[in-house]
Amino acid sequence: MLRALLASVVAIVVSTVVLGFAYPALMTGIAQLTASHKANGSLIVRNGTVVGSSLAAQEFTSPRYFHERPSATTPPYNPAFTTFSNLGPTNPALAKLVKQNADAILKLEGPYNPGLTIHQIPVDAVVPSGSGIDPEISIAYADLQERRIAAVRHLPLATVQSLIEQHTVGRQLGFFGEAGVNVLNLNLALDSEQGG
Amino acid sequence: MGQGIGQLLVYAAVLIALSYPLGIWMAHVYTRERGDVVERAFLRLLGKDASGDQNWKQYGGSVVVFTIAFSVFLYGLLRLQGHLFLNPDHLPAVPWDVALNTTASFVTNTNWQYYAGEATMSYLSQIAGLAVQQFVSAGVGLAVVAAVIRGIARRGGGVGLGNFWRDLYRSIVYILLPLSIVLAVILISQGVPQTFHGHATATTLQGAHQTIARGPVAGMIAVKQLGTNGGGWYDSNSAVPFENPTGLSNFFELLAILLIPFAQLVMFGRMVLARRHAWVLYAVCFTIFALGVAIAFPAEQHGSQVLRNSGVNITHSASQVGGNMTDKETRFGIANTALWATATTDVSNGSVDGGHDALTPAGGAVPLVNMFLGEVEPGGVGSGLYGLFFYVLIAVFVAGLMVGRTPEWLGKKIEAREMKFAAVGALAVPTMVLVMTAAAIAAPAGLASVFNPGAHGFTETLYAYTSQANNNGSAFAGYAATNFSTTLGTVGLYFGRFFPLLAGLAIGGSLAAKRVVPASAGTFRTDGATFGILLLGVIALTAGLMILPALTLGPIVEGLMH
Repeated sequence: MLRALLASVVAIVVSTVVLGFAYPALMTGIAQLTASHKANGSLIVRNGTVVGSSLAAQEFTSPRYFHERPSATTPPYNPAFTTFSNLGPTNPALAKLVKQNADAILKLEGPYNPGLTIHQIPVDAVVPSGSGIDPEISIAYADLQERRIAAVRHLPLATVQSLIEQHTVGRQLGFFGEAGVNVLNLNLALDSEQGG
Repeated sequence: MGQGIGQLLVYAAVLIALSYPLGIWMAHVYTRERGDVVERAFLRLLGKDASGDQNWKQYGGSVVVFTIAFSVFLYGLLRLQGHLFLNPDHLPAVPWDVALNTTASFVTNTNWQYYAGEATMSYLSQIAGLAVQQFVSAGVGLAVVAAVIRGIARRGGGVGLGNFWRDLYRSIVYILLPLSIVLAVILISQGVPQTFHGHATATTLQGAHQTIARGPVAGMIAVKQLGTNGGGWYDSNSAVPFENPTGLSNFFELLAILLIPFAQLVMFGRMVLARRHAWVLYAVCFTIFALGVAIAFPAEQHGSQVLRNSGVNITHSASQVGGNMTDKETRFGIANTALWATATTDVSNGSVDGGHDALTPAGGAVPLVNMFLGEVEPGGVGSGLYGLFFYVLIAVFVAGLMVGRTPEWLGKKIEAREMKFAAVGALAVPTMVLVMTAAAIAAPAGLASVFNPGAHGFTETLYAYTSQANNNGSAFAGYAATNFSTTLGTVGLYFGRFFPLLAGLAIGGSLAAKRVVPASAGTFRTDGATFGILLLGVIALTAGLMILPALTLGPIVEGLMH
């Protein structure tokens, strides 16, 4: 046992040095040399300030902006403490949350979409995402919001639609994953469309 | 669903195509006589224990001592992180009970997480504590599998199974590390951070303050996936865009879950010179895996009762995925999340790309049953292929009883001693899970951890102890950390690791000493479809039957309430 213990101590030191320091240092070197923007968190800088990351949702409540999916983090959209909602499929709390979110959407989008009913609200708009910072919404949810954006910003609907199309992230290589619309990038594009 | 099915088929094809050459390489790694220069220097540095063949007791002894010694080191690191370097966000010490559970969780290749990584662990703890274990605990698992296989393959001349330290070195240097570097580079190209800068702060478009956690993430995520570890940098694991930014990164992370486990079967066939038998095992594992996906994917696409009743649109269309999107990410949708939930529990990985607590009753039952069977489809890198061997031995034994001959496996007689170890290996952990679940349901301190009401809350509890005792690490994550749940879990983690591991080594040691019996006309063949079907039946009838009553109380009741 003593021999095994001695060997263990040496192995702990060697593995910690090689796997715990050399390996991450090597990977960081490669990352910073080849893809430093992504390696530092895909941060977006506007006029010298960091306004967010294209990989993290942020809170949008103003009617001037496209809204994100619901988030279960505290505070909402917290990339420093991600979490699931953990609401089970039969939990009454989930039913309540879905109804509450759907009502809020009907109230917000209704005036711009006459005849809007709950059946037209896509599911991703009312249930929390896995990370709480899902940067994307479904194309259906973006489409649902386009009339409001056009009206509030006094933009032609076609302009808003074309911006949605530009910021739709398709399946990777046309095949892997599912399509979605990156909300932060889309909202930034809206702002620069008008701000010049 | 058509496009989703297409993604599943491509995944299966790539998995099979890559696991084959990797398995051949792994067989070469563990059978090569002479080590490289660094290996010889490393083994000399380790001293006497690292020279010469070990019998199964010596081999197991080295594993146990090494694991316990590393536990002490890791626990100390987590408790002292507040005073150490590489802590740019000034995180304090990890509380004692969480540190204890986390230590047990990572040295046993489980990676159950009662903490939120990005808000609890310093960079030092993540990379030099936890990620090191992700290499080492997986390396230990691979080493033990290689040793057991050597025992099975041995044709006279001693009872040695190889040397643990040499196998550990080769597992890491020739398999885990190179694959991790490749995967990390792919992940970096997709947007996973790899930086030593601390939190970034942003001012959002609406003028709010947002803190963005980052760090040297990509390197850890690579080995987390490849070594069937599953413990992520962030709390929501691979659902978080920083851990898994794109459909492509998701594909490669998914591939990494099952790659080495399936390659192990190819390696096994080559090392014991029974390739057809190994392919039968491969087919059995693949069948269970495919069955799981075939249940989970449609169940999730069909959606949950609450969502169907709510009136919102859950129908799949060109502009949305639909289905049960609760706790799922837009870029992965239903097919990829269901595939992940199945794959991660077919082996002892336990990473997730969506929340399991929010899965539908049928969708959540798939990972639960997968784990309860002992994750033998085909077994994790860490928990090892030996889990499957227990079932193979039981199947061979049952077949022997039916035809009235002494059972044989790969030319070796299977007798009472091996059967005892196989029974312990196959049944100890499921029994332990049921006892711990009962205790956690009976005790008020256990009920304090439950988050969801009703039958789902029972499933949360059952899932928690099934996951920890089988060294998986995925969770119905509403189940909360208390002193009671962390301590009970810690017991499950260690026993769940060592019972099957030592039983597997004992079988290897016992078989190593046996003479080979030449095959005759009366030998029950283990390399055809008949044996494959028998094996499936044995898996279903042992652990499968044990979980059925508990399944009735949880997912089945919940499903019937729909």
